[in-house]
Amino acid sequence: MIESFLFMLGIGAACSIVLSFASKVFYVYEDPKIALVEDNLEGANCGGCGYTGCSAAAQAVVAGQASPTVCVISSSREKVENIAEIVGMPIGTAEASLSYNMCNGGYRATDKYNYLGVMSCKAMEIVFGGKRDCHIGCLGLGDCVKACAFGALIIGKEGFPVVDDDKCVGCGACEKACPKNIIEVRTLSEKLLKMNQQNDPLAPCSQTCPAEIDIPRYIALAKAGKYKEAVQVIRMRNPLPLTCGRVCPHPCEDECRRGIEDEPVSINQIKRFVSDFEMESGSRIPIKCAPDTGKKVAIIGSGPSGMSCAYFLRRIGHKVSIFEAMPKLGGMVRYGIPEYRLPDKVLDWELDGILNLGINAFTHVRFGKDFGLGSLVASGYSAVFIGIGAWEDYDLGIEGEDLEGCFTGINFLSRISQGEKLELGKTACVIGGGNTAIDCVRTLLRAGLEKVYLVYRRTRKEMPANEVEIVASEEEGIDFIFLAAPTKVVGNDAGHVSKLEYLKMELGEPDDSGRRRPEPIKGSETLIDVDTVITAIGQSPEASFKDQNPHRRLTELELTRWNTIENDPEVLTTTIPYVFTAGDAATGPSLVVEAIGGGRRAARSIDMFLKGEKITPASDSLRQKRIRESIFEEVKGIEKIKRAKMPELPVEKRLDSYVEVDLVLPEKDAIAEANRCLDCCRLCYNPDKQQPFV
Amino acid sequence: MDLILLAIGCIFVNNILLAQFLGNCPFLGTSNKMETAVGMSMAVVFVLVMAGVISWMVDHYLLKTLDIEYLRTVSFILVIASLVQFVEMFLKKSIPALYAGLGIFLPLITTNCAVMGVCLINIKEEYTFVQVLVSSFSYAVGFGLALIIFAGLRERINIARVPKPLQDTSIGLITAGILSLSFFAFKGMV
Ligand SMILES: Cc1cc2nc3c(=O)[nH]c(=O)nc-3n(C[C@H](O)[C@H](O)[C@H](O)COP(=O)(O)OP(=O)(O)OC[C@H]3O[C@@H](n4cnc5c(N)ncnc54)[C@H](O)[C@@H]3O)c2cc1C
Ligand code: SF4
Repeated sequence: MIESFLFMLGIGAACSIVLSFASKVFYVYEDPKIALVEDNLEGANCGGCGYTGCSAAAQAVVAGQASPTVCVISSSREKVENIAEIVGMPIGTAEASLSYNMCNGGYRATDKYNYLGVMSCKAMEIVFGGKRDCHIGCLGLGDCVKACAFGALIIGKEGFPVVDDDKCVGCGACEKACPKNIIEVRTLSEKLLKMNQQNDPLAPCSQTCPAEIDIPRYIALAKAGKYKEAVQVIRMRNPLPLTCGRVCPHPCEDECRRGIEDEPVSINQIKRFVSDFEMESGSRIPIKCAPDTGKKVAIIGSGPSGMSCAYFLRRIGHKVSIFEAMPKLGGMVRYGIPEYRLPDKVLDWELDGILNLGINAFTHVRFGKDFGLGSLVASGYSAVFIGIGAWEDYDLGIEGEDLEGCFTGINFLSRISQGEKLELGKTACVIGGGNTAIDCVRTLLRAGLEKVYLVYRRTRKEMPANEVEIVASEEEGIDFIFLAAPTKVVGNDAGHVSKLEYLKMELGEPDDSGRRRPEPIKGSETLIDVDTVITAIGQSPEASFKDQNPHRRLTELELTRWNTIENDPEVLTTTIPYVFTAGDAATGPSLVVEAIGGGRRAARSIDMFLKGEKITPASDSLRQKRIRESIFEEVKGIEKIKRAKMPELPVEKRLDSYVEVDLVLPEKDAIAEANRCLDCCRLCYNPDKQQPFV
Repeated sequence: MDLILLAIGCIFVNNILLAQFLGNCPFLGTSNKMETAVGMSMAVVFVLVMAGVISWMVDHYLLKTLDIEYLRTVSFILVIASLVQFVEMFLKKSIPALYAGLGIFLPLITTNCAVMGVCLINIKEEYTFVQVLVSSFSYAVGFGLALIIFAGLRERINIARVPKPLQDTSIGLITAGILSLSFFAFKGMV
């Protein structure tokens, strides 16, 4: 009896001595916070969060690798708040994540086969990836709904999950449960910077839009009469809906699925209608910004690219200042695009809305002359965005180009738009075939000239200007001189322009691009009488800032041979690590939407740079490539419905003023137009009439 | 040759889970996911070998010499529990990677009946030290094998249509029974 008692005592003592020594020898310092955090986890050791047990999860939270919402079974907000407090993350500033469903296929999606198995998406997914025809689409059995501990999700009547934002705590359980990656839990910032990817459920129009706007979603909202919500959807991608609604040549409409069988949906006019609705309503929709990060970014140039970059950076919480050389903000949209297409009043209203987010803007300061990279770095800007556009006109390189009465396109348009009165005479000719040339022509007609020629090397078919613009200028009385190459500007004794000499051309053999190359006809010199000559044959970025800037670092900024800034088109980095670019300065003359999309792409890279991350493109980034399977040859179930016609000012009323020519659709027509939209997703769409089941 | 036979016997014929029905709670508890099943199996291999060895030594050098074999069970519990604690601390400091993998499973199996059972069987069968090494390791492998097979089955069951009253543990137990029947086919081998 005694011996067994002693034995147990001895062996117990031995064990405890060994253990107590071991606990000293093998002591690992553990942050006391870890234990505190662990107390607030559920303690189920289930591993559902992806860490081996609660203590590993707690460690990750304290190390800042996991968010306070890491626990997948925790059902109380209070615990999450406790954890946030322990790790010193004031709740207010932790940007909340929300669940977000991207697929709107649902019951309308076609099935590949008849499924009779268990009612679980995960189970269905195992059988040939699920019955839905679309390999990325929602399966609709609601694994996400079952996974949600907060009742924030339901499978809506259309057959895909609908999120109740008020109940969602952003725990991420639904995202993990979904076998199709359809549901994502993202913060506002992440959503704002999301780029289109190959495997996203995107309609053809959204794939095409350079700004990557979720077009079907805003049209659906417009259809339902929720105009302000529609504007909000647009503003997730495009801060300038009023501008784009007026001047965008809408490449999206060329890919519109309805357009395969019928006229395409007038997407841009719906955008214009909803954004005008906001402006006319007199009150602005509040725009949410993420909590301040305390980082400062300098934006050089206030064109669409600069405004867009500033807007997105501000919305994700960075401090932004804009530096602009001209007296007013807006870039080419203000000084190039004339008043009758985009009234200053409208632009002012739009830009004010962006500045209201808390963006500083300095005008009359020219990069290179008044400040440089050095002064920006010295004043605490961690990154610089250069969006200086393309403001230098090419010249023709012909004799007499410097005579009085000769202008270049941008110079002419910006002077007119600043209200300068120019001596223009009675007849003028504009050389070129692009948007700038047409804008010059239409401006000249409004300035009271009697005859305005447009001299172009090729024929009307090859003109790069927007078709609607050409048509409008024809209505307003332009005189085309096609197949003509100017050779000389002839002056009078006073040194003023009096005639333009050109050679007639004929179309020769097609060149590499398939266009027939114009060739001059020998001895066909022709003279026309003109008082003003405007050359508008293209622009390049104005690169003088490089020579004027004393900061040595700037010599590292490489330019291409077209004077654009050398950049990686996917992430818009330049040859200096903290300098980014986009818009015309990066691509050469392009479009407003292109500059807006670029600004957002640059904002994403700048954000990564500010966080100290490696700047990488979004995986499988789409960048306006098409998703092959979503581009159809034919579309079944379409009834032809007439496209809404844009109301315009009658020609007689146009020419004696700079009043806006294109008018907004009446509400009734806008809704009718929105109803023409098929609400496409990647593969599915709502046909006008039901198709027999095959 | 004998050792090989012993190993086969321990892994298949006398499989600790399916023939001896020891260690049923981790068998049902950690077999829901393949990942956890694998982690658990590794932890069992680790702990069983150590426990087998140390318990054999305790038995051989202490209990037998002092002639107090009736204290076997209770002293084994004490020794194995301390051992697992010790190993946990050791791993945490010295091999954090391994600790991260086995971490939560170690305390779970401290005195799991499979571990205890194997230690006692080792003594009952009067194995030598080498035999103890082989048998502990093989029993653990057998445990792992059964657990992983079962986890695979359960992952399938989770997505199959199961009548309501039989869902979850019930169908698990039924499957375990059938699985154990199939293991009985090994009976004639050794
Ligand atoms: C006449 C004309 C008509 C057009 N019509 C259309 C149309 O209908 N639809 C369409 O989509 N696109 C149209 N475009 C193209 C569109 O305007 C441009 O693609 C777009 O504005 C480019 O934006 P951005 O931000 O890159 O540059 P910009 O808009 O050119 O802005 C650059 C800004 O940087 C400033 N800046 C330049 N250098 C400096 C410096 N050193 N320091 C500080 N600031 C500087 C400039 O003053 C300017 O404000 C048209 C262009 C022109 C010229
Ligand atoms: S029908 Fe609507 S959703 Fe489909 S491509 Fe056209 S605009 Fe986009």
